[in-house]
Amino acid sequence: MSIVLKGVGRSVNGAAWLSDINLTLEPGGLYVILGRTLAGKTSLLRILAGLDRPSRGEMQDGAENLVGVPVRKRDVAFVYQQFVNYPSFTVYDNIAAPLRRQRLDRAEIDRRVRSVAEIVHIDGFLDRLPQQLSGGQQQRLAIARALAKRAHLLLLDEPLVNLDYKLREELRADLRNIFRDAEHTVVYTTTEPDEALQIGGTTIVLHEGRVLQIGPAAEVHRNPASTTVAEVFSDPPMNIFEGRIEEGLLAFAGLRAPLPFHMQGGPSGPCRLGLPPHRITETAAPGRVQLTGTVTLAEVDGSSTFTHFEAAGGHWVMQRDGIRPKPAGSACTVHLDPADFFLFGTDGMLRTAPGARTRKVA
Amino acid sequence: MNKIEDNRAWFLILPVVLLVAFSAVVPLMTVVNYSVQDIFGPHQRAFIGVEWFREMLRDPDVQASFVRQILFSVIILAIEIPLGVLVALGLPRKGWKSSLAIVLLAIPLLVPFNVVGTIWQVYARPEIGLLGSTVNALGIPYNYTADGISAWVTIVAMDVWHWTPLVALLAFAGLRSIPDAYYQAARIDAASRLAVFRYIELPKMRSVLTIAILLRFMDSFMIYTEPFVVTGGGPGSATTFLSIRLVNMAVGQFDLGPAAAFSLMYFLVILLVSYVFYTILQRINAS
Amino acid sequence: MAEIAIDNLRHSYDNDLSDPSRLALKRVDLTWKNGSAYALLGPSGCGKTSMLNIISGLVRQTTGRVLFNGNDVTDLPTEARNIAQVFQFPVLYDTMTVEQNLAFPLRNRGEDKATIRRRVGEVAEMLDLVPLLKKRAAGLGAAEKQKISLGRGLVREDVAAILFDEPLTVIDPHVKFELRRKLKLVHDALNLTLIYVTHDQSEALTLADEVVVMSDGEVMQVGTPQDLYERPKHRFVGNFIGSPGMNFIPCTLEGERLVFAGGALAAPNWLGPRLKPDQKLAIGVRPQALCVAGAGEEAVAGRIVEAQLRGDSYIADVAIGETLVKMRLPDHVALPTDVFGVHFPPRSTLVFADDRLLGDLHEQD
Repeated sequence: MSIVLKGVGRSVNGAAWLSDINLTLEPGGLYVILGRTLAGKTSLLRILAGLDRPSRGEMQDGAENLVGVPVRKRDVAFVYQQFVNYPSFTVYDNIAAPLRRQRLDRAEIDRRVRSVAEIVHIDGFLDRLPQQLSGGQQQRLAIARALAKRAHLLLLDEPLVNLDYKLREELRADLRNIFRDAEHTVVYTTTEPDEALQIGGTTIVLHEGRVLQIGPAAEVHRNPASTTVAEVFSDPPMNIFEGRIEEGLLAFAGLRAPLPFHMQGGPSGPCRLGLPPHRITETAAPGRVQLTGTVTLAEVDGSSTFTHFEAAGGHWVMQRDGIRPKPAGSACTVHLDPADFFLFGTDGMLRTAPGARTRKVA
Repeated sequence: MNKIEDNRAWFLILPVVLLVAFSAVVPLMTVVNYSVQDIFGPHQRAFIGVEWFREMLRDPDVQASFVRQILFSVIILAIEIPLGVLVALGLPRKGWKSSLAIVLLAIPLLVPFNVVGTIWQVYARPEIGLLGSTVNALGIPYNYTADGISAWVTIVAMDVWHWTPLVALLAFAGLRSIPDAYYQAARIDAASRLAVFRYIELPKMRSVLTIAILLRFMDSFMIYTEPFVVTGGGPGSATTFLSIRLVNMAVGQFDLGPAAAFSLMYFLVILLVSYVFYTILQRINAS
Repeated sequence: MAEIAIDNLRHSYDNDLSDPSRLALKRVDLTWKNGSAYALLGPSGCGKTSMLNIISGLVRQTTGRVLFNGNDVTDLPTEARNIAQVFQFPVLYDTMTVEQNLAFPLRNRGEDKATIRRRVGEVAEMLDLVPLLKKRAAGLGAAEKQKISLGRGLVREDVAAILFDEPLTVIDPHVKFELRRKLKLVHDALNLTLIYVTHDQSEALTLADEVVVMSDGEVMQVGTPQDLYERPKHRFVGNFIGSPGMNFIPCTLEGERLVFAGGALAAPNWLGPRLKPDQKLAIGVRPQALCVAGAGEEAVAGRIVEAQLRGDSYIADVAIGETLVKMRLPDHVALPTDVFGVHFPPRSTLVFADDRLLGDLHEQD
């Protein structure tokens, strides 16, 4: 049965933590809630789990009303940021614990424990205690216990946030496969755009307690509904700047360029523009316009470099492959192609995304 | 935020509510009942309002006991809190030595109150007690049954012996919760031992010390058993503290009305002071 | 300022050096140049924090020497070593104001009032703490608290080095950028020797002139961020730096070809003579280096098994025969749907023998 939320809101001491959430969670679906810290991700998960009661709105599982049904009576499993395991149980007993509570017979428990342990790659450590595992393995164990329960609804609240990035990388790849094969409805929260893309499924962008956009991960990433979604769903955040369309020209950052193809036919006047950091280059080419600025910091993120710079009175960030340190304060010259710009209205809502037209034609 | 809402939770605390009602509320109301009536016999009583309260407040003996009681609590706190902190600072922080020290410290806390009294009663006797005879042999006149100062010194020493370990254990728990990084930072900043105590240890111990002060104040303000066993409130009325006065009045003289009024006021004073401490504690935790 | 050298250092927390596998640090020799920014990078438990605490004197090494400007400081206590340290969690004197916190190290060292006032003013100015000076330190946010911790190090003019132990752990992601920038600026302005412990590669690569990569008590490589990315000396470094990490393809040298399951590449002429018998060979190549072959480029045939969209590109699992490699492909060009030529650029394709770097395919003798 699908779980349906209608107009769900939650206020605590007068502050709205969640407002007007409308969602349908299909059985077996994979949902990733993407939002920054304090966006309301955990609040929403807790409402789904039945740990908190919504202040407003309805929540149903098929025909059954879920509001007020306590967590014990719901068929849910929850994985937390912290690695929550029974410290005195072995890995085996940790996974078996929820099954024993369900009073399954020994053979069935044994079968399920071993199969789940294999899925999350901890089948070699069944006799160990959680303390004897690495952080990554401890979180794998917590996930195994949740999977073994075969709950209708599997909720994961930023499960990878406390892991080193290499472990995070490994676990993300595994989780994608685990969720793809699972029968549960999975709801997963994260602050990281890359994680949302890697886990896949349906992305729900949450910001300041409101759902801004719902759709397949890649789709939302390519066509963010608003400047806020574009900023949340991009790391480093998409460059957003003011522009103006008049008489077949696009004016921005003190520059002028012919109006690119995908923006033609729309209304003239002021607008906002978005440019993904990796679309800023240091090589000139026909159709590109040149912008000069001053570097504030070059951040190196393993495989790419984010060069932050100030230009035309705004803050910009450029993403380039490889490691290219640039001293702060040095001058930089970059090139932008208006054909890569996202066009937003002055209200911040998307008008057209780059490539949208061409793809439709093809 | 981590609360699970379920109204049935109220049923779970019902047994406690009932228990408290029978163990505290009903007896308390009985006392309130006595305190506003004059009782002559089983069926002869008269409502007299706050007369007993007024009489008690004017009673010079009660006033003297009250002053004595305050003095006693102040002395106890002034000795036990700094001493407890000093002991805690001196304890080994880690390993088996630490565990051993804690066990040794806790021994006085395990001794029943009346036994503590008996021990000191014997220990401090000027003629046969080890302490008493030693002190006298040193040429210091000491006799707690005859001399008020000696009696006070004995009672205070006994309480310090009995309860300083509690303060020390609380302070020690506070000290142990300070992360190593603080001590390391202090070394890097070249802070002196005194500065470490003043700026790191003391602030971090503040909340446990408030609890220690609260507990020691309440206990010392209600002290009864030990002085009753050792001095019986004497010599004269030198160590007649509030509770001893109260018991003498209620059990010895059977003045139930005044005793009830007295105990209510006694109760209110402790409640008031505890409330003040509680508020301070809350404010410290909030900051 | 000082040059810090670590000489033949080994450390075990139970002071027992007999079992090498239980050592927290297994023989480290390093020199930290005056005025440079270093990062100590590695997974948790690799010994990086032990190393930091040994330099600051909070932990005494089992054997070996620590030298500041050539002087052995092994027997000197922390306070005499003139170092400053910023910890993972902000360490503040709660009862003091921000100003008093900053002044504390100077007051303890008996500086005169005028000097203290001048230094505190300068440091507060640099760290944007001026408006907070009169406030109580206890009520501030984590980012401000860490700045104050840093400030307590910076107020001392004679400080030999500033050590950082994962100082951005408790900082919100969107504030981290500002703090990193501040740190970088402070380092550039003051030319301090800076040693920064972290498990986060972006922090290490962003802040450091040179990165010391550690694993399991050993130094795997010391190098600039580019070195580590382009020329990892050890398989561990190739995997640890970069996301996703470097591809490693087991291979054998057969005549003039490097052969792996599914393809072969031209071997450089230096490889045969340098190779010792029984060494296990592997080709190492970054997912970002692999590309779709242009006309006339050497290529092996591959096919995309699965492609995942990342923020700026696709990361594809590409099957080359039985070998699976990760390959980065641009997001604005259609992905090849059929078999295509995978080009291994010789300058970025490395050869490893027993997990250690030998050289790239481009070099010739």
